[in-house]
Amino acid sequence: MSEGVVVKVAGPLVVARGLQDPKMYDLVKVGTERLMGEIIELRGDRASIQVYEETAGMGPGDEVVSTGEPLSVELGPGLLGSIYDGVQRPLDVIRKKHGNYIARGVEEPGLDREKSWDFLAVAQEGDQVQPGDVLGTVQETSVILHKLMVPPGIAGRLAGISSGSFNVEQPVAVIEREGGQVEVTMLQRWPVRQSRVVATKLAPAEPLITGQRIIDTFFPIARGGTACVPGPFGSGKTVLQHAIAKWANAEIVVFVGCGERGNEMTDVLLEFPEITDPYTGRPLMERTLLIANTSNMPVAAREASIYTGITLAEYYRDMGYNVALQADSTSRWAEALREISGRLEEMPGEEGYPAYLGTRLAAFYERAGRAVCLGAERRQGSITAVGSVSPPGGDLSEPVTQATLRIVKVFWGLEDKLAFARHFPAINWLISYSLYRDKMEEFLRAEVDEEFPALMEEAMAILQREAELQEIVRLVGIEALSFQERLILETAKSLREDFLQQNAFDEADAFTSMRKQFLMLTAIMTLHRSSVQALERGGDIKDVLQAPVRADIATCKFIREEDLVQFDAIIARTREQLAVAPAAG
Amino acid sequence: MLKEYLSIKEIVGPLLLVEGVEGAKYGELVEVEFPDGSLGLGNVLEVEEDKVLLQSFESTRGMNTTQTRVRFTGKGIELGVSRDLLGRTFDGLGRPIDGGPRILPDKRLDIYGNPINPYARDYPTDFIQTGISSIDGLNPLVRGQKLPIFSASGLPHSRIAAQIARQAGVLGRQEEFAVVFGAMGITFEEADYFIEDFRNTAAIERSVLFINLADDPAIERIATPRMALTAAEYLAYELNMHVLVILTDMTYYCEALREISAARKEVPGRRGYPGYLYTDLATIYERAGRIKEASGSITQIPVLSMPDDDKTHPIPDLTGYITEGQIILSRELHRRGIYPPIDVLPSLSRLKEKGIGEGKTREDHSALSNQLFSAYARGKEVKELQVILGEAALTPEDRLYSSFTDEFEDRFIRQGEHEDRSIEETLGIGWDLLKILPRSELKRVKEEQIARYMGTEGGPA
Repeated sequence: MSEGVVVKVAGPLVVARGLQDPKMYDLVKVGTERLMGEIIELRGDRASIQVYEETAGMGPGDEVVSTGEPLSVELGPGLLGSIYDGVQRPLDVIRKKHGNYIARGVEEPGLDREKSWDFLAVAQEGDQVQPGDVLGTVQETSVILHKLMVPPGIAGRLAGISSGSFNVEQPVAVIEREGGQVEVTMLQRWPVRQSRVVATKLAPAEPLITGQRIIDTFFPIARGGTACVPGPFGSGKTVLQHAIAKWANAEIVVFVGCGERGNEMTDVLLEFPEITDPYTGRPLMERTLLIANTSNMPVAAREASIYTGITLAEYYRDMGYNVALQADSTSRWAEALREISGRLEEMPGEEGYPAYLGTRLAAFYERAGRAVCLGAERRQGSITAVGSVSPPGGDLSEPVTQATLRIVKVFWGLEDKLAFARHFPAINWLISYSLYRDKMEEFLRAEVDEEFPALMEEAMAILQREAELQEIVRLVGIEALSFQERLILETAKSLREDFLQQNAFDEADAFTSMRKQFLMLTAIMTLHRSSVQALERGGDIKDVLQAPVRADIATCKFIREEDLVQFDAIIARTREQLAVAPAAG
Repeated sequence: MLKEYLSIKEIVGPLLLVEGVEGAKYGELVEVEFPDGSLGLGNVLEVEEDKVLLQSFESTRGMNTTQTRVRFTGKGIELGVSRDLLGRTFDGLGRPIDGGPRILPDKRLDIYGNPINPYARDYPTDFIQTGISSIDGLNPLVRGQKLPIFSASGLPHSRIAAQIARQAGVLGRQEEFAVVFGAMGITFEEADYFIEDFRNTAAIERSVLFINLADDPAIERIATPRMALTAAEYLAYELNMHVLVILTDMTYYCEALREISAARKEVPGRRGYPGYLYTDLATIYERAGRIKEASGSITQIPVLSMPDDDKTHPIPDLTGYITEGQIILSRELHRRGIYPPIDVLPSLSRLKEKGIGEGKTREDHSALSNQLFSAYARGKEVKELQVILGEAALTPEDRLYSSFTDEFEDRFIRQGEHEDRSIEETLGIGWDLLKILPRSELKRVKEEQIARYMGTEGGPA
């Protein structure tokens, strides 16, 4: 601990003098209220500190104490189901103890110290243990088994371990290593700005199924992949992020609300405990961890929030889980970076953002990925990172979007025009892309149907053809199109309305399994192929376009997962109705 | 004893640099005594060693570096609150300007407040009936929401805001209700319009007004919305009232912020606005909401004018990212004489799904509004096509959409300034309009709903 004094206060930036050997990114406490801050610049004996709380009322002469440690999070059982602010203070506890507003200088530990957990030893006394080895387990929630691992940097002989009921601060094991014994508790710490160590990184191999048709079928994301969702306001970024958090087949979801609306976090908090996870049948909240640093909360803590989020995600990845991390929105994080940079009077890069914006973003997304974790078990885990971007005016050429696009492999481009027509999710299928598609095709062939990738390509070709044809219609009218071309327009419309559009608020429609996605696409494309054949055989375009089965296809998204056999009937009816068109010559 | 200093070194625009100050705090309120004895207020923007940078809420005209006194009050900017706020009119810094007595405060609250703990928030779910079809039917307002009106010069945003204030109420309930009005930089005429309207409807009794007019000091505007919201929070959470806050015009507020930022020579973000504009606006807008176990609420309707009707201008853009939707006014509808000229397609209420439906409005509300939206969007496309190709090029179906669009604008959007439509009426008009379209086109509403609300008659098969 070393003490210094404040010499300057400018918004969230405080400059202190007299700290002994301050290090970059050391955590400090400022003033009588002991506000948390981090050292972000050193000049001579002046240390610039970004303070995670409102600094009104501070002035020169106030004391500054350095903890000598970097900003860290607490890891251990009890994380799941929690809601934290950007520096891991539990918001539910804060409300209980301090009321409806977040007063300054509130200090609450990230993990409950009182609560006891049933620890079940897995390793045995006398075992040689390495970092990452599982010492024992705790049933953290009904669906997640928390694995207590040997902390990085510690290896040796297990001198003692006991099962039983412990709180997070009581030692559960003792490891003997050179230079003495180390007690291991269920509570461990890790500095947020440093990635946790893994044995080896792996390339993504299988998709993260989100239940969102346009994503899973056309623009899939891999487990361990990265994606960004840029879109102007009102285009449904948050609804899409929530949908992924709800339905993705990840074991753990970390949702970081970074500089966004307070009510959105409330929505998640009220809704997730009510929703049943389609994979486990338990409330979603049991596998979810929330970080909420809303737009009106201090800006420096917003900067820290995505690091807090990804560190917690890494911790569960290290246990061998597949984690989905969602950051909404990375633009707000970048703005926090810009604000602090401005106060430091750094030379600005593009649009006032600091020159290191791209590097920081890349470093963040690089912490996602699939990996073999430390430990003898060689567990595999992954972090899939999805960040939304809020480009000013919806202009994708702005620095945050561009810096993000250079890193991420999947781009779901949201468009306000689609949103105005209430086409949701408003992902524009013509500009979006996924670089994981080739890899995922193998999985689809093996797990769903051999035909799936080909069918998908055929459908996409029709959607692209539609865009060209519509250009013609706009110029010279629909009369200029041949019947075949009109049929393409009709099928494209069906693809858009009956397949791509998905209602996140409808019970049957909100989540679609891969099997059902395939069947829906099959139904639409069978109708298309049969219609083409009917036309070729001289069928009347009117009859073809008015085949009654079209109505069935329009409602097939509402078929329940347990009634998928109904698709057979629809496909059979399609063939039947379009075969009757009279064969000419 | 307040510390008093005569050591102003620089006066640049609205900024004062004072030296030799001891114990100044960031954000502290200061009193400035002009050479002629008049008093003004300001606050601390930055403090380094003994140098303090102040922003003066008053115009710096008449100030000098030799005789002007600066007193540090040792506290932040506060508003004295009590029930007596109701019915009163204040200037932008909370001083009475209606000739009435000073408020004897129950307590004094810091106008910057503290952020609401997201965990303490309750989700807004109570539908507010404004009596305006294009809002209630398609972009409904929900209690605790922040729903701005994006307007532009020459459009009737004041009339719409006043109409909402006049007519707003929650279905089937009688509760204590108050209006807090914060005016930043608007003209006397506009302010007078609101005051007269409140007075005519006796709403003035349950209103609190904070008025900073166009010729009042610009920097004062930075405090005005916070004054209004502090009053609103007191009424909502201590006196359990449902408060509607109207803030107009946020554009002038942002310009004041830019003025300060420019005077401090900060690195500008887009169009010269400071990089922290988003965060700053969020500290205003996020003060709307509901709190668990509190019976009061704050609903915000900020009004802003889009420079050059440009929705991508930083002010509407950042506002849209913070607020829960937006009501956008259309110059084209206004030109065609349609009141209220609400452009429903780009307008949005994000809380819609939670605020409507069975038990709140009616079970068909959501489906019907989606159907109306998509039909109107399609109709607008047809209209564009019609301009290029002429009516002859339209298919019969397109023609139906075209006439649907005309009827929709004429019967659904258009209504009287004092016409208070119930939600039943609004939905009824919607169903009636759908009769224009073929049944097969109505994909977003269910068969049962069609049968129930549209009846068997009407509408081509």
